[in-house]
Formats: sequence, C-alpha cells, structure tokens
Amino acid sequence: MESDLVSPSDPRGTAFERAILHFANGSRFAGIFGTADDNAIRLIVAMSKNGELQLEHAIVPSGSSHYPSMASDIPAALWYEREIFDLFGLASDAGAVLEPLILPLELDSQRPRPGGGGLTPTVRLDLTPLTTRVRGEGVFTMSYGPVRSGVFESIEYLVETPGEEIPSLRTRVFYKHRGVEKRFEGMSVRDGVMLAERCEGVASVAHAIAFSGAIEQIGELAVPLQAGCVRVLHAELERIVNHLDSLTRHVEAAGQAVAYARFSLHKERIQRVRGRLCGSRFGRGVVVPGGVSGPPALRAQELHAQLDPLQGAIEADTRLLMNTPSFIDRLRGTGVLSAETVREYSALGPVARGSGIVEDVRQSRPYAAYGHLGHGLLEVEGEGDALARQIVRAQEIARSFDLIRRAIEVLDELGEPSEGRWALRLPQLSGEAIGWAEAPQGEILTWVEVREDILVRVKPRSASFHNLAMFSRAFPKDILTDFAFIEASFGVSIAGVAN
Amino acid sequence: MPWISRGLRNGIVTSTYPRKSDGYGPNFRGTVEANRSRAAIEIKAVIEACPTRAVSARDGTLALDRGKCILCGRCVEMAPEVFAFSPSFAVSARHRRSLVVPPTEEDDGSLTILREELAHRVKRLRRSVHVRHVDAGSDGSDEWEIAALTNPIYDVQRLGIFFTASPRHADLLLVTGVGSLGMIRPLQHTLEVIPRPSVVIAAGVDAISGGMLEESYASSGGVGSLVGVDVFVPGSPATPFGLLHGILMAIDLLPLSTSDSDDGPGVSQGTRRGRHSNE
Repeated sequence: MESDLVSPSDPRGTAFERAILHFANGSRFAGIFGTADDNAIRLIVAMSKNGELQLEHAIVPSGSSHYPSMASDIPAALWYEREIFDLFGLASDAGAVLEPLILPLELDSQRPRPGGGGLTPTVRLDLTPLTTRVRGEGVFTMSYGPVRSGVFESIEYLVETPGEEIPSLRTRVFYKHRGVEKRFEGMSVRDGVMLAERCEGVASVAHAIAFSGAIEQIGELAVPLQAGCVRVLHAELERIVNHLDSLTRHVEAAGQAVAYARFSLHKERIQRVRGRLCGSRFGRGVVVPGGVSGPPALRAQELHAQLDPLQGAIEADTRLLMNTPSFIDRLRGTGVLSAETVREYSALGPVARGSGIVEDVRQSRPYAAYGHLGHGLLEVEGEGDALARQIVRAQEIARSFDLIRRAIEVLDELGEPSEGRWALRLPQLSGEAIGWAEAPQGEILTWVEVREDILVRVKPRSASFHNLAMFSRAFPKDILTDFAFIEASFGVSIAGVAN
Repeated sequence: MPWISRGLRNGIVTSTYPRKSDGYGPNFRGTVEANRSRAAIEIKAVIEACPTRAVSARDGTLALDRGKCILCGRCVEMAPEVFAFSPSFAVSARHRRSLVVPPTEEDDGSLTILREELAHRVKRLRRSVHVRHVDAGSDGSDEWEIAALTNPIYDVQRLGIFFTASPRHADLLLVTGVGSLGMIRPLQHTLEVIPRPSVVIAAGVDAISGGMLEESYASSGGVGSLVGVDVFVPGSPATPFGLLHGILMAIDLLPLSTSDSDDGPGVSQGTRRGRHSNE
C-alpha cells in the first residue's frame, strides 16, 4: 500500500508501472478508483491475482493536469481514464482517444470531483456529436438510442456500417449519469447502503453486500454466519432472476412467443418469492452494514415448496430451449469473444466464463457465507459465443438453487444468532477499504472512505461498466441482426455503467 | 412443436385485476400508511431519520409524502404505532399534492376539475392505448417492472394496453428515472413527437421526486420540472400492479370498486366508468 507522487519529473509514475508489471505477470486488471481532496487527486489501481487484491496508490497533486496512461498495456484501463477525466478533469496522457464517457462537459466547466466535498458543481454539457471513424463507399452512421425501440434503459450505440457488418461501434453511456457518487458524500453509513442498492437496481443485493463489506472491514466486524446465509439466499435469488432476464431478452429477440411467456413467468415468480421473503421484489433493505435486517419471512419448508417446482419448470424449459434449432441458430457463433480478448480486457462474470476464463469472487475471495457453504467448480464453456454465455447462465441458475438450498439448511440448523442480533452494532467508523461481491453480471468492487461515521467517498465499480468496455469487440464477423442477441448476452445494466 | 404443450402447461395464470382484486402477497410492501390520530407522539426523530425526508410535520400534523417514500421501513421500525406497511398498490394520484398522506382538506374542487380535464382528454384512447416508455435516469429496476406488464400474469394486452416502439404511435408516455441531465433533451424531444392528446405518467419515486437522488448537478429531482405529469405512480420502483393502476387511472378506466387515493370521501365518481365492453 505504498503511495507514489506523480510529478512532471517522474512522468511514468511507479504505481502505474507496478500495476502494468502485475498485469504482465498474470494479474487481472480490476479498476482505477479516483478520489479528490483539496490538494490532490488520489488514484488507486486495483489488480487481482488468485483472489488477492493488489492496490497501488498514486497521488497526483492538483497543479498537474496529466498522469501516465496504462491503456496501451491494459486496454480495459481506457474507460477508467475517460471516467476520471469526466469526473475530475484530470487527463491521462492517452491522447485523443480520451473522449468523454459518463459526463461530456465543456472544457472549462466545473467538475464533480467526488471525494472533494463542496457544493454541487455547475456543469455545462458538451453535446457535440461524435465524428465518424470509418471511411469508405456506402458507409453510413446509425445512432441507436438513447430512446430505443422497446422498454430499455437509455444508452446510445453509434454504429458505422456499410449495411450489414459493424466495422465500428461506439457506446455513449452518459445519458443516465445521475451523480450517484457525489450524492454519497456526507451521507450516514445506514443511508449509504440504500443508495448503494440504487447504483444498479437489478443488482441491489450485490451492491449492498459490496458496500457493507467495505464498512465491515473498516469496523473490523465479523458478520454472524446466519446473516451470511441470508445474504447468500438473497444474492443467489438475484442471480437467478438476472439470468432469467437475459434468457427472456434472447427469446424475445428470437421471436419465440411461447418461450417468452414461459421465461417471463418464471422471472415474475422469482420476483414474487423475493417479495414474500423481505417485502421488496429487489431484495432491498435486507443487507445492512454489520449483517442483515432480519431472518427471511418464509420458513424453510414454505420456501422449498415455492422454489422446488420453480426450479423444475425453469430447467425443463431451458432444456427444451437449448434443443430448439430456430433459437440455437441465432446464438451459435454469434458475438464470439476469444479467451485472449477476455483476458486483455480482464472481463468479468458470465461473459468471461463463456470464453473459458473462470473468475468468480464467491470462490476466489469468499464473502458472506460462501466460504462455509462451499462452492463447486464451474463447468466452463470455452466457445466464447452468445450461446456459450447462455449455457453458463443456465448452469449457474442450477448452482444458485443448490446454494440456496444449502443456505436454508444451515440457517435452519443454526437457529437465531446470539442475542437475536442479525446485525452487529457498528462502532465509530473512520478509515477506507474496498468491498466486493459477485453480482449476476460479475465482480463488483466498492471503494469506501468514511470519517467519523460520515461517508467521504464511495465509488461502486459495477461489472456492467467493466464489461461494456469490451462490447465493441464482440462483433468480429457479426451483422446488425445479431445486435440484440449480443447485447442481451452481455446482460449489463446501464444504470451501473454511468452512475 | 413441444412448445405448444409447454404453453398450455400452467393453465391460466393471468391476474383478475382490475375486474377483481388480486390476492398478491400479504408481506408485500406496497405502501406506507401513516396514522394521523396518533401523530401527537413525538416523531421528530423519525422526521430526521427518514433518508428521503418523506416524513414531515405540517402545523404540528404528521404528513408522509409517498412521492418521496422509498419504502425502506425505517419509520415503521421506529414508530410502529404511527406507521405501517400496507400491501396496497392502488396509490397512484393525478396530483402531486395527493401523494401526501393522510390527506388534508385540500381543494376538492380543483382535483375534480383536474380529473374531468384528464377524462376528457383520454376519452378516445380507452379502447386501445399505446404506451411509449422513456428512461430518464432510472436505476434499472423500473424497466424490469414495466417489462413485467407483458408477462402472462399481468398481460396488459388483454386490457387494450400496448407498448409501442415509436413515440409517433404513442398515446401515453411512461417516464422513469430522476430526470438525468443527459436525458432532458431526448425526453422533451420524445414528448414533442407524440400526437396530441397525450398523457404523461411519472413512474416510481425517482421520477416523482428523485428519491435518494434529490436535485443536483446531474439529477433534476424528478421529471416534473421537465414535462407536465398527469399521473404519479409511487414505489421504489413502482410495482407492476402499481403501474397498471396508474395507467388505468390515466386513461380513466379504473373500476369503481378500486380505491382512488386522490378522491376524498364523498367525491363524486361520476366521471369514471368501469370497463365492461372489452373483456
């Protein structure tokens, strides 16, 4: 955890050098977290190897306007450098490719500078359209979004195409930027977890676990195993329903009306079970720093009675779907991502697993009760196409049901935690830490700084953000009609990309 | 071929709402009820603890703003004698003010005028209403709940409600999200190309008040300042039944039996009619 000053006399900045060295030695790039104070901007580069997080700190004094870019060695770093420029006005020396990402502002506009406190900035959006990249006969540019044809989150895809192929695709994600990170500043810890749930609403539970994990590290708290089991229960239901959502989008795009009805019905039924368990269809309010708000509202038997038939129905329909040629043909060979590309971008979750790269922090960096409940090795599909990603999701659904069953069993055996305390009392909190969780989309990392119980800086990094950076690489020989399938196979939530 | 039998496997799963009420989950957090008669109790601590400042005291009287409430339940935990969860989802309202409970003696006259004006506007839309959704900075969960309306349980097509890809075919604009800076122009542009008469629904507390994301450099604190909203649907996010209630309220098709939160007792319900012909 050494810090380095980056100054014009030391343009390479050894923290960045070390990170690049880690990457060359097989570490996965996990993100760059920026935080401002009065005199400087601190950048924390997170790398991960065999579950261990390697954090490299660099401090950029407020006088300097540049820091060394890592993007030429680690392509995934570019989106983070673009984000840092948007939020802090601090540019990496990546040059012209540093175009705005989550907040396109005029150059002399004020910037949010999260972590730096202060009043809400006055910002001026720069809505200059992007210039086209591809030249050639008959090539035209098509902007798809931000208001799209259907019930979707807002995002703009700028497709440059001669008609069928997609030689260039750029994503503009800023439309949904809501100022979430700045909003965390000055909040209490118990309000903060509610905002964390709303960073990416479809992964509320995972975000709450990552945020609470950071707080529990700062407070040196060991959450009771019972509370850990409740976290697993809700997190796995969240995974099942997100994977069902991805499947639903696939069958909708393929025009499979009956399959759409079936899978959307299964999804609704899981949402209803979640609602019965805790009152919220998105598992909100369950995870709190120190534990959980209480036991599940359904007894083990009732829960089994609801989930068992559902699992049977989901698995039967998935089997049939995977034997339906008119569906499979749309996915096989579509949106192929090679293992090299996935490694290059340090991709996360089912997207990485579909290309044969296993990265799952439930296993490599166990949290909640995953260490206790065990966690069988994944069967990994290596094809790297949209079909492989869906097969991974189908397998994960089955494993999530198993984990839920074990969590319920252990919960039943253990009974109430001592003194009926489902959440530990929080001590006074000051410090900083990084928390994590394996969301349905992949690993979430949440950087938290707290001073005397007040949040100073919270930076949730969703897997959606991390994976979407690779999206434009998923069209090697695909055409416009494959777009919906490739997008659904990424399974990202835009709210988590530009929060 | 096997899908044919699969489609028949579960029989009819579609809800009976709005013809009859739907017995959806007793544990479900539909809304928070506030009991004014007990308001004499010290609730200062609750007012301070509410994360979205939904609880307030007006002239010493307790008030809960459902347009801000994110259903976290902190008030229920702190003062169970005053606040309670209710599974009711029929809490949409035609006026922002009507989301504040318990209702005060507001000007019933102006609400009646508002309702009649809306009823007149939607008169021709009732048999077939086409909905266009725009995400103006949601957390992503709102879209799931809207998409759920097309699953076999809610099956809104049976009520003549359809989602449309083009705003030019839309009658009703369903807006989610806090009104993020980047979506202000696209949202207003979408509304401009919707044929008149049209109706705008703000779905979820994010769209009504910003929820946890009050007004800031990036959030408008709800879409009310950007577009004229006709119906407000509370919830964090608004549930499918809540959305359905809001849409039916917007097109003036709520059956008489369903409670309407912006109707004080004794208000004439003559301008509304149940839908019998199309079922």
